[in-house]
Amino acid sequence: MNFKLKIWRQTTREAKGELKSYEIEDISPATSFLEMLDILNEQLTTKGAEPIAFDSDCREGICGICSLTINGEAHGPSHPAAACQLYMREFKEGETITVEPFRVRSFPIVKDLVINRSALDRIVQAGGFVSARTGSAPEANSILVPKHNADVAMEAAACIGCGACAAACPNASAMLFTAAKISHLALLPQGQPERSRRVLRMVRQMDEEGFGNCTNTYECEAVCPAEISASFIARMNREYAIASLRERMGE
Amino acid sequence: MTGTLDSKTPDGPLPEKWRRHQNNSRLVAPNNRRKFEIIIVGTGLAGGSAAATLGEQGYNVKSFCYQDSPRRAHSIAAQGGINAAKNYPNDGDSVYRLFYDTIKGGDFRSREANVYRLAEVANSIIDQCVEQGVPFAREYGGLLANRSFGGAQVSRTFYARGQTGQQLLLGAYQALSRQIAAGTVTMFPQTEMLDLVLVDGHAKGIITRNLITGEIVRHAADAVVLATGGYGNVFYLSTNARGCNVTATYRAYKKGALFANPCYTQIHPTCIPVSGDYQSKLTLMSESLRNDGRVWVPKRKEDCAKAPNDIPEADRDYYLERKYPSYGNLAPRDISSRSAKEVCDEGHGVGPGGRGVYLDFKDAIARLGEDTIRERYGNLFDIYEKITGDNAYHAPMRIYPAVHYTMGGLWVDYNLMSNIPGLHVIGEANFSDHGANRLGASALMQGLADGYFVLPYTLPNYLAGQLGKRPATDHPEFIKAEADVRERTRRMLEVDGKRSVDSFHRELGLLLWDKCGMARNAAGLQEAIARIPQLREEFWSNVNVPGYGETFNQSLERAGRVADFLEFGELMCRDALARDESCGGHFREEHQTAEGEALRNDKEFADVFAWEYQGGPAPEPKLHTEPLVFESVHLATRSYK
Repeated sequence: MNFKLKIWRQTTREAKGELKSYEIEDISPATSFLEMLDILNEQLTTKGAEPIAFDSDCREGICGICSLTINGEAHGPSHPAAACQLYMREFKEGETITVEPFRVRSFPIVKDLVINRSALDRIVQAGGFVSARTGSAPEANSILVPKHNADVAMEAAACIGCGACAAACPNASAMLFTAAKISHLALLPQGQPERSRRVLRMVRQMDEEGFGNCTNTYECEAVCPAEISASFIARMNREYAIASLRERMGE
Repeated sequence: MTGTLDSKTPDGPLPEKWRRHQNNSRLVAPNNRRKFEIIIVGTGLAGGSAAATLGEQGYNVKSFCYQDSPRRAHSIAAQGGINAAKNYPNDGDSVYRLFYDTIKGGDFRSREANVYRLAEVANSIIDQCVEQGVPFAREYGGLLANRSFGGAQVSRTFYARGQTGQQLLLGAYQALSRQIAAGTVTMFPQTEMLDLVLVDGHAKGIITRNLITGEIVRHAADAVVLATGGYGNVFYLSTNARGCNVTATYRAYKKGALFANPCYTQIHPTCIPVSGDYQSKLTLMSESLRNDGRVWVPKRKEDCAKAPNDIPEADRDYYLERKYPSYGNLAPRDISSRSAKEVCDEGHGVGPGGRGVYLDFKDAIARLGEDTIRERYGNLFDIYEKITGDNAYHAPMRIYPAVHYTMGGLWVDYNLMSNIPGLHVIGEANFSDHGANRLGASALMQGLADGYFVLPYTLPNYLAGQLGKRPATDHPEFIKAEADVRERTRRMLEVDGKRSVDSFHRELGLLLWDKCGMARNAAGLQEAIARIPQLREEFWSNVNVPGYGETFNQSLERAGRVADFLEFGELMCRDALARDESCGGHFREEHQTAEGEALRNDKEFADVFAWEYQGGPAPEPKLHTEPLVFESVHLATRSYK
């Protein structure tokens, strides 16, 4: 297969970037999207041009390092999937494909298609954990967790932390990411002691990082490679409302 | 052979050793802990859990990873589960059985005392992870659920769908995040270790490169911990992440750390087969699938091109069930992989190039219904469909073995300390627990055992004598190490040749897969040992690394890693050649039974082979051995029949 590519090139965070055009030929439909970029980079290197910087690691949709917006969609046209799980058979012969990094103010561009998502780490650092000192845990089966709660917690915990939710959101909101962690821990007995404190701190950190708010467009859910449901955002809002009320009442 | 290594295994009966050792180890008082700096490289299950725990204990920890966030370490991709001897299913499990299965699975090439300790602390890991909120699978009554895995006749594997590694890693990442917020751990993401610094023979620091700015930095510490994973990517194609590399452990090797059993590599039986020349990685399908899937190939070669559903039951060879009736499809990984290679070599393979076997869920779906299978393995079936475009609910999956895990690693003693004082090595990066073959669901167990429950007890034993001995970063050893790193980077950029870094890596990988893969022989290994230095020479005279050292430069990152693989691959082949027996994943064609099973030679090779670097790019290293002493286990021929 042959493709025309328009790829975002930007040398540094401060530099002005632009879309540059490339052509690539003779790609097998079984080639993954990132392997297609590998081939392009190999060709650029051989010609003495600078290859395109893009992040990838596990290449099986779980590490969450993918950060590509393909033809205007976070992770590209195939859902649910991270960009590394996209194969060229999904595209039409001769198609022009535009590749940009996730566009979120809180994820500054490092180079070309590589972005800095440390804001997401800081949201977790603000409270996205259970303070469980190593060695002090009780016997695992001493606390029962209803299967349904464990299953729903797992659905939330499946988030891969890629930030596509924020990239797809017209408000650049990271609420799906934050809500997934809050919901995961709020659903389990182990998460109860820090439940209020966790949601207050994480939501405030999220605001501090400059992410926008949710206006129920559900773009986040549509692009999420881990199929996290937007209903977790409603759960987070409920958790936040209760916690802030308690806070105001001095609890 | 020269030199016999002392494992410092404590005295006493096996079940007493660890407790006695803990009681006899030195401690660091809480008020002194903040005076120590500990460097931990890698943030996977081992490194992440160690950093979180040591930070919590009050040490100053500096944690490094090459990814943009510690949450992305490759432990995240582990699918199937984690073993422990809780015996919740009441099916006869015990610490001893978990220990015995692990040591037998490793084909009696691991250190007894380490494996026993691993089995002992495994239960605490489950407790710890549940407390962190890891959403393990549960039964309707709210209790934890278990499933079976290869190499065991009990159900002892805990799991979180097909994403157990992800959930355990996020547990460790969250614990680490808590310590970062508390200020006890300083995180250095997108930072790669390029050298180890020794001062007066002790590991006292590292040299790193900031992958964003290209800045080379010196970091001093009181102890260095490597948790940098395995070297499977030496084969180019593997189930490892693209960035996984041998650089940190290989740099330590070049500074004098012994590299143990590098030829022990695990080829995982259930991966999606190779489809094209530019394929960048192979994808694993969890071994848990073998609980319900049946492996087969057509009995008649002429059927190989037929659609699998058109081949009647009588014409299918369920070769694992036929050869290993008591374990069947749950035979250990090395045996399952080799059996797949055998049937394909005999011409019964299916799919492109005849390199594939079927993994069939037809019977399980008929017995349990499609919904149950979807609930158990849904995400794996989805992954399979995304990559191949085929629906495995309707036709069997096509699978083939792929490089997955490396049992070899830096040599460590019972304290997980290498032969270099102060240099500790944990998780896949060390060699100690899996012998010549690792059982499924044991990697997660070992990573977390080392990080949560072993290193936090053994590291203070070293630190207790080191108060106030941390050198400054302007010490001549730091200046020299930094200069060496800069010089190497400069040389790599200056070659300005014609071939890309990846083309060298691919060629090395193919060579190793061919000569040092699922089956090895002396002639092939000697060929590889002759060819690798030529390839290395061409690399240093004809590689093309564009860009500069002082900027974000992914070609340069890869070049540095491939340069190390080009030396390490030779070491691996030398080890495979020296180990003139078959054991576990190391199958020497010269040594097999009449039925084609691995034939061990306990008289001559019941040792760890640990190699010492002798200068130069990779001349013949010096061999040290550690005799493996089996006090509790009778050395038996492994049988899964």
